[in-house]
Amino acid sequence: MKGKEGISRKEIEHIAWLARVELSKKELEVFSKQLNEILAYFAKIDEVDTEGIPPSHHVLDFSNVFREDEVESSMSEESLRNVPQTKGRFVRAPRMT
Amino acid sequence: MKASGTRIGLEVHCQLTNLKTKLFCSCSSDYRGKAPNIYICPICMGMPGTLPVLNKKAVEDAMMVAIALGAKISGEMLFFRKNYFYPDMPKNFQISQYDKAGGVPLALGGFVQIDGKGVRIRRIQLEEDPGKLSYEGTIESSTHTLVDYNRAGIALIEIVTEPDMSSPKEARLFLEKLRSILEHLGVSDGSLEGSMRCDANISLKGGKRVEVKNISSFKEVERALSFEITRQKSLIERGLGVGQETRHWDEVRRITVSLRTKEEEQDYRYFPEPDLVPFVITEEQTRDIERRMPELPDKRRRRFIEQYHLLPQSAEILTRVKAIADFFEGCAKLYNKPIDISNWVIGELLPHIRDKSIGIDELRITPKHLVDILKLMDDGTISRETARFVLQNTLSTGKMPYEVIEERGVKRVVDRDYVKKMVEKVLEEHPRAVKDALVDRKVANYLMGKLMKMTEGRLDPKLAGEMIKRRLSELSKSATF
Ligand SMILES: [Zn+2]
Repeated sequence: MKGKEGISRKEIEHIAWLARVELSKKELEVFSKQLNEILAYFAKIDEVDTEGIPPSHHVLDFSNVFREDEVESSMSEESLRNVPQTKGRFVRAPRMT
Repeated sequence: MKASGTRIGLEVHCQLTNLKTKLFCSCSSDYRGKAPNIYICPICMGMPGTLPVLNKKAVEDAMMVAIALGAKISGEMLFFRKNYFYPDMPKNFQISQYDKAGGVPLALGGFVQIDGKGVRIRRIQLEEDPGKLSYEGTIESSTHTLVDYNRAGIALIEIVTEPDMSSPKEARLFLEKLRSILEHLGVSDGSLEGSMRCDANISLKGGKRVEVKNISSFKEVERALSFEITRQKSLIERGLGVGQETRHWDEVRRITVSLRTKEEEQDYRYFPEPDLVPFVITEEQTRDIERRMPELPDKRRRRFIEQYHLLPQSAEILTRVKAIADFFEGCAKLYNKPIDISNWVIGELLPHIRDKSIGIDELRITPKHLVDILKLMDDGTISRETARFVLQNTLSTGKMPYEVIEERGVKRVVDRDYVKKMVEKVLEEHPRAVKDALVDRKVANYLMGKLMKMTEGRLDPKLAGEMIKRRLSELSKSATF
């Protein structure tokens, strides 16, 4: 996190590229402002002293949930119905390079 | 191709093909040759509200691989999300493991011995295979991608090596050895299309590290690496230098192409997968799997030397591919002549496989075919030359050896009259040699050679030798008187 220095215009452009969204100049400005406000708000968390506290990756206190290697019906037709665009049985998506 | 200062590291992805289901859902993993998107479900399609559940057998398989490679299995592990926007994963992330940010992969360290050299393993981890993309229309003009998610979520094991290999050949040897180990473990069948793929990183002295992605089969690795080394060498020689970059192996044009990727590691925003709880492996579980470990190639090689008295290099060649070692042992069980069998497998069968570039699973013969041929040769029914001929024929037709022998009339000839006739014919055709043979009996060997050539090696050699000798002494008598 960038903390107080905030997030630069260049970084916003890069994030937009990563998410494959195109932003207008105006949108870039709006999002820069909004994202910086959000980051500043969360920067408060940095003030907490976490020295010596182990990281907690999970809040649930259990482990080892497994399943056996047995095939079950896939519900493929229902799953395919949720797809916005298909061609034959294929899922159709915009081309990305 | 062994340039000094060349360092090669590999990142190998192997599907755990013995699993019946995917890594985190109960969809069938038997996707090859199937209609698109028939093995998809709300979990592998990333529908909201669904939860992935880890396949227990996938963890056991991965542990077997780790033990076989001498890696240290981690006690507690997490899965991580690797986030990216690309349609090969419907969720916009891949569930993988990570060795930073508090993450621990399934196993660390390890070692594979190749050709008197060790290749160190950096880490071994479990992750999902992405779906398969194809293009609508031609690759150049298409505006859309067609996706088949049958493969999305299949269990992959990723094995990352240290940059310990110094030539494309060593990389191939490493991959062959790894494949043999995985096949002996029974976890991954390398003969299935696309089941083993790899990325490679290469650096030469005086240049930066280049990563080559998309090497879709082990066969391509040597080719891709050789190209890349030549390319980098020429850049360095011309003083242009080699910068750090990611390239893509174009299998059709057989060149590497710069990917100009703008994504860097931090852009994947790895974080612990909140939908999966950690999993813990106890030492007892590890020991339990150790007890169930099958025989591995190195041990099998040593056993071949001890049990069958094979030469070390023969044992090495036979155990490079599990199916070859199995074929050899199949023969040795049927016929107690392991050294002969080993010679025929190495001298006749392997060149056939190489020349035809087929897998041993595509062979049309079984151990019984080879054993029958060797038995027929050993009891004198056919000559060694004929045995070779019959083997070649059975290899291409799959027919049983006795069928070929009957059909082609290549049984060894023990008919005295026929042999006598052939001997007379050869002697008539080579009057000079006969004259010499009368003085120097060693020349008789030359005539024997001609006789065998004329009859395609089908005459009983003992009988033919006697006949030549007898005819020559008859001639020498008639010449004296
Ligand atoms: Zn599924």
